[in-house]
Amino acid sequence: MRHLLSAKDLSHDEAVLVLDTAAQMAATQSREIKKLPTLRGRTVINLFFEDSTRTRISFETAAKRLSADVINFTAKGSSVSKGESLKDTALTLRAMGADAVVVRHQASGAPHRLAHAGWIDSAVVNAGDGTHQHPTQALLDAFTLRRHLRDGRGDLAGLHVTIVGDVLHSRVARSNVDLLTTLGARVTLVAPPTLLPVGVEAWPCGVSFHMDDALAQGPDAVMMLRVQRERMSSQGGGFFPSGVEYSRLYGLDARRLAALPDHAIVMHPGPMNRGLEISADAADCDRSVIVEQVSNGVAVRMAVLYLLLAGSPDALATSQADDEARALA
Amino acid sequence: MSPDMRAPGGTEAEVLGPADIGRALTRIAHEILERNKGADDVVLLGIPTRGLPLARRLAANLAAVEHGVDADAITGSLDVTMYRDDLAHQPTRTIAATDVPPQGLDGRVVVLVDDVLFSGRTIRAALDAISDLGRPRAVQLAVLVDRGHRELPIRADYVGKNLPTASTERVRVLLAETDGRDGVLIEGPTGAGR
Repeated sequence: MRHLLSAKDLSHDEAVLVLDTAAQMAATQSREIKKLPTLRGRTVINLFFEDSTRTRISFETAAKRLSADVINFTAKGSSVSKGESLKDTALTLRAMGADAVVVRHQASGAPHRLAHAGWIDSAVVNAGDGTHQHPTQALLDAFTLRRHLRDGRGDLAGLHVTIVGDVLHSRVARSNVDLLTTLGARVTLVAPPTLLPVGVEAWPCGVSFHMDDALAQGPDAVMMLRVQRERMSSQGGGFFPSGVEYSRLYGLDARRLAALPDHAIVMHPGPMNRGLEISADAADCDRSVIVEQVSNGVAVRMAVLYLLLAGSPDALATSQADDEARALA
Repeated sequence: MSPDMRAPGGTEAEVLGPADIGRALTRIAHEILERNKGADDVVLLGIPTRGLPLARRLAANLAAVEHGVDADAITGSLDVTMYRDDLAHQPTRTIAATDVPPQGLDGRVVVLVDDVLFSGRTIRAALDAISDLGRPRAVQLAVLVDRGHRELPIRADYVGKNLPTASTERVRVLLAETDGRDGVLIEGPTGAGR
């Protein structure tokens, strides 16, 4: 693994390795001394072209807990055209000697361009690009699902996850469909027809327009996606007529919560619109793992940075090499 | 059975058999009790992969000799991967579990357990890892094989067998828990084995 650009790039074994590594990272975070010396001397640059609080802080925390140096580079407000700006920024980063670049960009595919254009030599981690991918979010969701429903081991074979909301604009939904399917889970997307992308029928998941029907199938987890209120106005695209209608048809409220199986968990990538896609009852209930998702995010991002940065870039093999090396040590 | 892992053209000699390993671990267990005047406050931390089953066996030996010792309660595992100084020169290592007994390490006597003592760098990493977990009263080191070639000022307190080796040779420890059988092998890569 040289870069992490898309959840689709991860094989089943690689994804399980990330989750296993994240579990060990999470264990270190319950200690009194949370800082590890693992990435001492490495530099991680957070390159955020788009607003984000929790993802940037999560990556920053993860890098700092592994003793890497962190530089935050916020390119918001840059008036240079996208391609040019990204290239110039990349050349600056190369001059700074970054080992890893964590990039969030409003344009789908920007991290891929950064990784493969030959501008920089460092590892690139996609922290969300346009409506394309957000692989570390999918990994932390998979980690949370595995911890609650699979005893923290193995993959997600046999689980049924329902993802509800604005799938059209959601990189979280795309990444989760890819990763959860790779890990053996079954995914059902629920959204109004206007908020489903063209070609969704080719995705490896089920699609439904009716939330109550989907919940009647007894999913093991319900993942609510953030819906932006702006999208209901005509300037925003007019994807749904009113917030009240949306929350009545697709919001997770007390009644729908009660319809879920007893073991099912409630997830949300944040930030939440309480009263729109999720009611306060659902967000604060004891089956909600929304706050835990945030702390799992740090562990998963530590694991990703470890796997991308700790080893020698020339040596790609993992795990098998361990025993060999120990026999020599 | 485990596959034949010899380098092409290399030789292989078994220097310790299952009975030798058993006797060495019994002796080390007695030495630990003697040195620490019993097993009070002793915590055995095995370094994965093969230090961990060795620590479990030592703990079972301690419990068999000393009254009132709960083998499970004094055994833990200490993964040192994230503290190594050679991470950047090798393929990415898989991180194993660190699992410290619930009473913690503060004020206790930690006996680190590993299979082979060679450069000493693993033990240096382990000492760093321990200092992040607590402040033991003392740290001691038990190894099944000391093969020499130290690169740091580190020595073992309890040694199963001192094994003079050439640095080009390879020492392999096999344990029933991880490899299906017990044994210590020396492999000479150039046919210069013993």
